[in-house]
Amino acid sequence: MQKYSVFSLIKNAFSDHQNWEVAWKDPTPKKEYDVIIIGGGGHGLATAYYLAKEHNITNVAIIEKGWIGGGNVGRNTTIIRSNYMHDDNALFSEFGMDLWRKMSQDLNYNVMFSPRGIINLAHSDAQMNAYSRRGNSMRLNGIDAVLLNREEVQKRIPMADFSDNVRFPIFGGLMQPSAGTARHDAVAWGYARQADSMGVDIIQNCEVTGFDVNNGKIVGVRTSKGDIKAKKVGLCVAGSTNILAEMLNMTLPIETHLLQACVSEPVKPLLDHVVTFGAGHFYCSQSDKGEMVMGGDLDGYNSYSQRGNLPTLQHVLTEGIAMFPFLSKLKMLRTWGGIMDMSMDGSPIIDKTHIDGLYLNCGWCYGGFKATPASGWTFAHTIAQDRVHELNSGYSLNRFNTGDLIDEKGLGTKTWIS
Amino acid sequence: MLYIFCPHCGLRSQNEFAYGGDATVKRPELNKEISDQEWNNFVYLRKSPRGKHLELWHHISGCRQWIKVERDTSTHEIFKTYKADELTE
Repeated sequence: MQKYSVFSLIKNAFSDHQNWEVAWKDPTPKKEYDVIIIGGGGHGLATAYYLAKEHNITNVAIIEKGWIGGGNVGRNTTIIRSNYMHDDNALFSEFGMDLWRKMSQDLNYNVMFSPRGIINLAHSDAQMNAYSRRGNSMRLNGIDAVLLNREEVQKRIPMADFSDNVRFPIFGGLMQPSAGTARHDAVAWGYARQADSMGVDIIQNCEVTGFDVNNGKIVGVRTSKGDIKAKKVGLCVAGSTNILAEMLNMTLPIETHLLQACVSEPVKPLLDHVVTFGAGHFYCSQSDKGEMVMGGDLDGYNSYSQRGNLPTLQHVLTEGIAMFPFLSKLKMLRTWGGIMDMSMDGSPIIDKTHIDGLYLNCGWCYGGFKATPASGWTFAHTIAQDRVHELNSGYSLNRFNTGDLIDEKGLGTKTWIS
Repeated sequence: MLYIFCPHCGLRSQNEFAYGGDATVKRPELNKEISDQEWNNFVYLRKSPRGKHLELWHHISGCRQWIKVERDTSTHEIFKTYKADELTE
């Protein structure tokens, strides 16, 4: 594989950038693989990469119905954080933060990781107390957390509404300085390029139409490009999880819902951090191009449509304007939607299933992007070793049976309530 | 914007309604010995189909009645709505 560097850039400039190697090939599927990963999104690509890199399993195919990175890894708001209170989530995400920090070097691909810090705003004394508790829990798990008072928040984001007589005055906030953003497409492409170079077949425009299960063991996958045999199969398909589960006669604690995001027209740099509104569900950061990147609530009813509805967008942006009044002056550039695999406790599932050789990675709700490296790393371990790693032992499928839920937000099964 | 036909009030916009989730999950019978698995199935497991989905909506800013709506989850087409106690096809 051609190494990307300033020298290769200069060298290729002489040939008008016409001679770059393709970043990944477009192979026809083989008859059989050791492992098939279904879903060429961030998590699937990362899984294949870590299978090859950490476990030396390279006879691997990624099967993707559309094109790689066309789902949620290309549709998110690029936020990376580990500001969780529960141990399972905190340790898992913080492990991921470490992978994020090394990712550009590791993949030889600039993922533009920008640890600009996230500030969760608080609008009451009670919320400050809750954040203080969450911050302490984070610090006990080795995650950086700083409780900011009103003046400290104002110093960092003076453009927020600090005027008198606002409905939700800013009391302060909880900041994780090491959180940030990354270039989402680059994450997919970087993993794809490295996985491909180690021998992984990335098969695009290939839809899974069924599974071959024999005596409780997976033996292959039926696809629109023919039947492919496999010793092990991993599902990494986010919002489409239930569609595949139905083919396997499995019913999962997952509902598919739609989440929208949007960007404004680009403006000069004014927002240094990722900021979330504490009296509703709205988050905002500024991209390197200058666009304000915004998101918030689910549309609120089961949906596979990948495009959103205006009432929710209006509601979300009303919250945004309450927090940052200047947003009302900006034009909207683009809006889009992605379909989320909402689990019944808000936490993911990375586990084996009752079918031998079939592994499940789903339930990321609207927090899947930041989890990409840790999810891929632990899922690769689970598949390669046929047992869960300590880091994803809490993310079991069985926890709904045993009552060991990880309900970070305390929302229960009503995933559409935010 | 979804337009939902409330069987009590007529056609109204989505803004008047709150979503209530899958209408096909059935609570286990009262006064019956229920296994953990049955509880798990009722509380947590969802089919979440792509296509026709029977779901509960609450006409919270209207007549405040719960209704059942048969809707397509990928096109958002609404086929039919029912009163909460009405039998569905």
